[in-house]
Amino acid sequence: MKHASNSPGLASIEAITAALASVGYISTRQISTALYLAHHLRKPVLIEGPAGVGKTDLAVSVAKALSFTLLRLQCYEGLDDNKALYEWKYGKQLLYTQILKEKIGHLVDKADSLQSAFGKLTDFQDLFFSRDFLEPRPLLQAMEQPGGSVLLIDEVDKSEESFEALLLEVLADYQVTIPEIGTIRAQVPPLVILTSNNTRELGDALKRRCLHLHIGFPGAELERQVLRARVPDIAELLLRQLVSFVQSLRDENIRKPPSIAESVDWARTLLLLHAPVLDETLVRDTLNVLLKRESDIQEMQGRLAALTQAAVDQSVGSI
Amino acid sequence: MDGSLAGFVRALRLAGVQASTAETIDAARAMALVGFDDRSSLKASLGVVLAKSAEEKSRHDRVFDLYYSLPLLLNDDAQSVASDSERTGDPQIDSVLDLTDGQKGRDALDTALRHAAARAGVDEIRFSSQATFFVRQILDELGIAPLEARLLKLLSETSAKAQAQAKVLDSARDLLQRQARALVEQRFELFGKPATENFMTEVAVRRPIGRMGPPDIERMKVAVARMAKRLSAKHSQRRRIRLHGQLDFRRTLRANAGLDGVPVNLSFKHKRRDKPRLVVVCDVSGSVAAHVRFLLLFLYALHGTVADLRSFGFSHRLQDVAAPLETMPFEDAMDLILREVGGGATDYGQAWVDLRNQHWDCIDRRTTVLVLGDGRSNQTNPRLDIFAELTERAKRVVWLCNEPPVRWGSGDSCMLQYRPLCTHVTHCASASDLERAIDEALQAYA
Repeated sequence: MKHASNSPGLASIEAITAALASVGYISTRQISTALYLAHHLRKPVLIEGPAGVGKTDLAVSVAKALSFTLLRLQCYEGLDDNKALYEWKYGKQLLYTQILKEKIGHLVDKADSLQSAFGKLTDFQDLFFSRDFLEPRPLLQAMEQPGGSVLLIDEVDKSEESFEALLLEVLADYQVTIPEIGTIRAQVPPLVILTSNNTRELGDALKRRCLHLHIGFPGAELERQVLRARVPDIAELLLRQLVSFVQSLRDENIRKPPSIAESVDWARTLLLLHAPVLDETLVRDTLNVLLKRESDIQEMQGRLAALTQAAVDQSVGSI
Repeated sequence: MDGSLAGFVRALRLAGVQASTAETIDAARAMALVGFDDRSSLKASLGVVLAKSAEEKSRHDRVFDLYYSLPLLLNDDAQSVASDSERTGDPQIDSVLDLTDGQKGRDALDTALRHAAARAGVDEIRFSSQATFFVRQILDELGIAPLEARLLKLLSETSAKAQAQAKVLDSARDLLQRQARALVEQRFELFGKPATENFMTEVAVRRPIGRMGPPDIERMKVAVARMAKRLSAKHSQRRRIRLHGQLDFRRTLRANAGLDGVPVNLSFKHKRRDKPRLVVVCDVSGSVAAHVRFLLLFLYALHGTVADLRSFGFSHRLQDVAAPLETMPFEDAMDLILREVGGGATDYGQAWVDLRNQHWDCIDRRTTVLVLGDGRSNQTNPRLDIFAELTERAKRVVWLCNEPPVRWGSGDSCMLQYRPLCTHVTHCASASDLERAIDEALQAYA
């Protein structure tokens, strides 16, 4: 098997960080190392972490940075091999059979015995189970990309256990077996990224075959970098206040702490409102961008003044 | 690879990170790829390959920092004891003295210590009391015997030169000893302590809950979480079992209506398993309180598997205790429950009456009722009639009794009256008994 196209973006851990930065994804050492190993050891990466920390975005960014094709398989309950691997085009097969019906009658007509008629038919049998009638789904598509690809299997925890078992063959050997045709091996093994929100514990068999990357909530410095990359127009003072407010909010006792996606949304909101600095009324009015649960918003009402003040004070100290 | 990875993986496993052989091979490949130059890259690489959950990651990082660090004393540079001028002339002694020669001897000392430690089998250490023994073993392996012999001889001489020489040898020996001790302590932290801790946990799991001290209880929390994980892995199999060969005719027709009724997509019949539904009724009076704590700890750790769980506590009147358990930290919730619900005169009859009057609709033919209690009802009416009704209504009624069978029926115990009505009565003294009982209760849904 040919080694995946030797893209310069995958040459070293630093190169990966730089390549990701060029498309606006701020990577940590953990993330870059995981991708580096995934490429060189030819192993899939399983990414876990809370919602909205950039798991899916990582896959999209990698594909963009390395200009690979991105193939995305969104998992859900009831996902089966017909939707993930391949499917026969039944409609087309039926239609062709109808059209060819008379032709077949004509062919068989000339045969003098049942044996020879059958022999003639066998010659055409494989016609209907050939590549022309095969509908490739994301997993098979990823195997067939000549220039390398990123295969994103999103929210694998949403699928059933039986689907995990299906993934094992694909992820271990990068091949798909179709009984009628044979085994299709990947020309260039795709870079596989699986994401999970941990709604259920994944099977050990799957975990053992993957590299495991956990992306948690970012620290203050990293979060500022991400916001600068994603919302370039934001003023530095507001950015600092915003980040320290969000950071302290994560320490509060709430059900769904805001993640990086919410911070970005909030930064955009504040930019849209032309807010120069944080103040309590502003925070109160826009809190629903950060907190997505009514009970959390109620819980925080009493603490907003203190948290805002602390964030403002801290930003004064740091500039 | 110099076997350091094998030792690292062993330390990881002792710390509770389940690293398999295949993963170790991957780790070796990752190590060869990344190299030893950049410590943080190496740490990140091994973390990505070996640790497979957020909790395992933090354990991995702790073990990595401990395992791939030089023992403490090598880090300060002021440890130069013997400079070149102070050699004795005896090559055996001088080679040991070379090791203590500050910066120059530093790498040599590190290597020599590690090899000596490996030969002495320091990784086998189990108890902190073995430390002195292993320090001595390492020193012997380093070849300190001639140095000590010379030191002993010099100490008996009185000349100034001999005294000065003795001082050098003594401090060299002292330094080596401290280095060896630092190394042994590091190894104990990595290998001895977790192994002992795991053993103590195994023992605690089998010890009667009523006789547990506070340190055991802390250990038990870890063990219970582990047992719960095991149970949930066992019982969270597929909910739909396809019955091969039995065609679901109606579904097939419907699915293929668009294909002119030609049955292309076949649907088969399948059997749906019930999800476990548990109703737990706990006696929270003083004698059973410790058991209740563990039963509830267990059941709430099984959250993913047992989605439908109702829990009630009673001593006199029955109360729903699910709310505090779901919203508060476990210990706080337990304290609140014991304070609010416990402390009345135990009355089983009243509890059944309350269950029938207020919560009867949460029990149906798919529910398993777990009763935890000693069955001592303070001479009140045990209301066997309502209990019989309960057993009729529920799928199973399992009674977990914390008293041994010989005491059933003695004094005010009504166990013998309740027993024929229950599906299953079991004596439940230790945490492993609890695990078995819950396992059996969930088995009914397989």
